[in-house]
Amino acid sequence: METTQATVNNGVNVEALLGAREALSEAPQAAKFTWRATCDWINGTHSATTVKSFFGLGEEQQHRTAFRFDTDHPEVFASEDKGATPVEVVLAGLAGCLTAGIAAVAQNRNIQLRSVKATLEGGMDLQGILGIDGDVRNGFDGIKVHYDIDADASKEDIAALVAQSQKRSAVFDIITNPTDVTVTVA
Amino acid sequence: MTRTPQPGGRSRAGTTDVVVIGAGHSGLAVSHFLSRLSIDHVILERGEIANSWRRERWDSLRLLTPNWLSRLPGYGYKGRQPDDYMSADQVVAFIADYASFAGAPVHTRTNVAHVGLTDDGYGVSTDRRTFTCRAVVVASGACNLPAVPVVSAAVPGGVAQLTALDYKNPQQLEPGGVLVVGASATGLQLADEIRRAGHEVTIAVGEHVRLPRSYRGRDIQWWMHVTGVLDQKYTEVDDLVRARNVPSPQLVGSNEQPFMDLNWLSDRGVRITGRLAGIRNGKAQFSGSLSNVCALADLKMNRLLTAIDNWLEQKGCPNFGTPAERFEPTRVPQTSCPNLDLNNGEIRTVLWATGYRPDYSWLDIPVLDRKGFIRHDGGVGASPGLYVTGLPFLRRRKSSFIHGAEDDARELTAHLAGWLAHSNRKSLSRIAS
Repeated sequence: METTQATVNNGVNVEALLGAREALSEAPQAAKFTWRATCDWINGTHSATTVKSFFGLGEEQQHRTAFRFDTDHPEVFASEDKGATPVEVVLAGLAGCLTAGIAAVAQNRNIQLRSVKATLEGGMDLQGILGIDGDVRNGFDGIKVHYDIDADASKEDIAALVAQSQKRSAVFDIITNPTDVTVTVA
Repeated sequence: MTRTPQPGGRSRAGTTDVVVIGAGHSGLAVSHFLSRLSIDHVILERGEIANSWRRERWDSLRLLTPNWLSRLPGYGYKGRQPDDYMSADQVVAFIADYASFAGAPVHTRTNVAHVGLTDDGYGVSTDRRTFTCRAVVVASGACNLPAVPVVSAAVPGGVAQLTALDYKNPQQLEPGGVLVVGASATGLQLADEIRRAGHEVTIAVGEHVRLPRSYRGRDIQWWMHVTGVLDQKYTEVDDLVRARNVPSPQLVGSNEQPFMDLNWLSDRGVRITGRLAGIRNGKAQFSGSLSNVCALADLKMNRLLTAIDNWLEQKGCPNFGTPAERFEPTRVPQTSCPNLDLNNGEIRTVLWATGYRPDYSWLDIPVLDRKGFIRHDGGVGASPGLYVTGLPFLRRRKSSFIHGAEDDARELTAHLAGWLAHSNRKSLSRIAS
């Protein structure tokens, strides 16, 4: 007898993701993506970054629309605060990536999500970027992510969702592992 | 029935139905079923029977499975310590005794140099003689070469490097700090042993599998055996690639300690760090993912323990053994990415416990995938008449265990017999037409 599966809908097309996984393991070249951003300086610490095109599946791709991210520093830094600080954008990237992963994994594991809320904190000692103490790093001394999740699942299953999402997250990997960065000037 | 190798017979060619490459437990199990089916075959062994157990294991190594579980087709453990764990020497004796018992046609000290296709099968050349055959069973194991990550090239010259295949005992090491890379059974056991020998030890930890030695009064392998976890088939898992690449569980073959895990090492003064992610200007960089890989391992362990509890419940014996319990979660250190300058003399040795890979350098048949592994379906190779056995999760979760060889060998030899009969009919019809 065929039983009808409870319909779980987190708005993630898992079949498409699993299909892509299968297809790309057969065609590893198509799995090579390049993500891009362009950034224009506006004034002071205010810049505007735009993302529009990327490369993947063997060809040029376009976002539905160009997305713009204004970054600036807050007034306590004597700036005009016309956008989030770049380090806050890093937190946004991590939060967006982990949360997307939670939705996808939940869909795949047949778990209905009702609400997912992440709260992130990155600690930083300004003595690093201000060059006061050479032993203090510029970046975060650590990042804390806290999730409040309401879902049709046990505490353990929710913990496993969050763990699996970290395991498969690009931004989590970018932040937790070193990445070569090459900066050139025309 | 054992044939002694004939020295100086380099040019003589032999013809047989099947050549089995490797006289370890897997190759011998295959031979048992071939003999039973009266299929003519030889086993070619580069060294002695159970060669890698003789030469490629560290001194203190013991099997992760208890003795009572060690068995081969028609042959079980007969000693007086069923709950103990075999040393490498005892494994050698067990497998060699099995070879005699089974009368296996082993050609020892016969190193396979080349396996290629011929018009009607395969040609196998060795340093002694050549064979033509219609089927080949690759039973040369999964652990021939150390799998050392490319980052090893960035280790400063003044720091010694060795792999788990080279390691025998702590006396080999220079005085001073040791960085053990890898947190499977191998990495943890070696970190523990080297720490006991008085070295400062740091262990770099990626994804790992944590298990208690025993649960509710029985060995964890007993539970995996009776609940059917070890019999799970390769067609029944969601992600076979992942299942085949799971690192060996953090266990040690000993009843003297409940765990061989990161907490055990922390308590003994071993420094725990994240995965070794890179080395830049001589400075080791560790991943910030430690707390997640520990959380994954704890969750996974608890899922297995819950599955055991549920199984007992279903069997109507919820009070079997000692009461259900959950163990202390893995304690993650405050700093999982410490500054570690490999140039400052603190670390004198890097020990790569990062796994192994098979050596198919002699296999001249286009069956390797882009990672260098033989393409196969449960051991049935991508070239007709080619088989591979003894690899992790080949056909079942227990495939790479000694006691896992029997079921796989039975099924693969049945398939192989079918292939021989089919190719016989084909060549007969060719002759007739």
